[in-house]
Amino acid sequence: MSSGTVLHIDWTRCDGRGLCTELLPHRLGRDPWGYPLALDADSDPTNVPLAAADLDAARDAIRLCPMLALRLAHSTR
Amino acid sequence: MDEVLWAAGRAGGFVALALFTCTVLLGILNRSGRPVAGVPRFSLTLIHRNVSLLALVFLALHVGTLLLDPFAKLTLTDVVVPFLGHYRPFWQGLGTVALDLAIAVVLTSLLRHRLGYRAFRLVHWLSYALWPVAVAHGIGNGTDGFNGWFLGATVVAVVLVLAAVAWRLSAGFVESARLRQGSAS
Repeated sequence: MSSGTVLHIDWTRCDGRGLCTELLPHRLGRDPWGYPLALDADSDPTNVPLAAADLDAARDAIRLCPMLALRLAHSTR
Repeated sequence: MDEVLWAAGRAGGFVALALFTCTVLLGILNRSGRPVAGVPRFSLTLIHRNVSLLALVFLALHVGTLLLDPFAKLTLTDVVVPFLGHYRPFWQGLGTVALDLAIAVVLTSLLRHRLGYRAFRLVHWLSYALWPVAVAHGIGNGTDGFNGWFLGATVVAVVLVLAAVAWRLSAGFVESARLRQGSAS
């Protein structure tokens, strides 16, 4: 299921604007302050695992993130 | 043919100004982080971007046709360097300033991922200078600057932008401001 690719969230930049949570509704929810929260409670909150089907939406989220807080990375575990 | 160029120049300028007004309003709406009337946040971001690019197309039409127009006597220097024009140099110069700023704002937006957030944001703030300069250019330099319909449309645009800026400066502007200030009670 997992593609080995993760969506890395740079928390020093993230401002919880919510675009990524709209584009990846199956991977990300929002915490009470608006910040993205991995829906899979077991996953690393900073490196959210992506399925192959999520990659296009993830690239859109990276491109459109107003804070430039997202990038793709490869899973280390 | 001259009349066509002149008319296209005027119309291009008016449409560009109207689109720049929309893009300023959309930019402020984006910054608040709220979806509007079922349009999600990422769509508002794309609309903001596309309206800006469309405005730039009409701006190119505005400048391009007046470059060829024998009455405007616009030169390539006037397109880049402000306040040297033949016809109302000060007011035409404001148009040149607005054009240069528009190119800077759009280029840094498109290259945002290479430039980094700080440089992008610094240049993007110039939009707030660009818009009033472009409005002043429209009134002071435009053939239709003091026509009733143009002034009416300008008053509507100014009221809308001032209202949006007032909202931008208000405490509850950002979607989650209330929660993050810890005053949710």
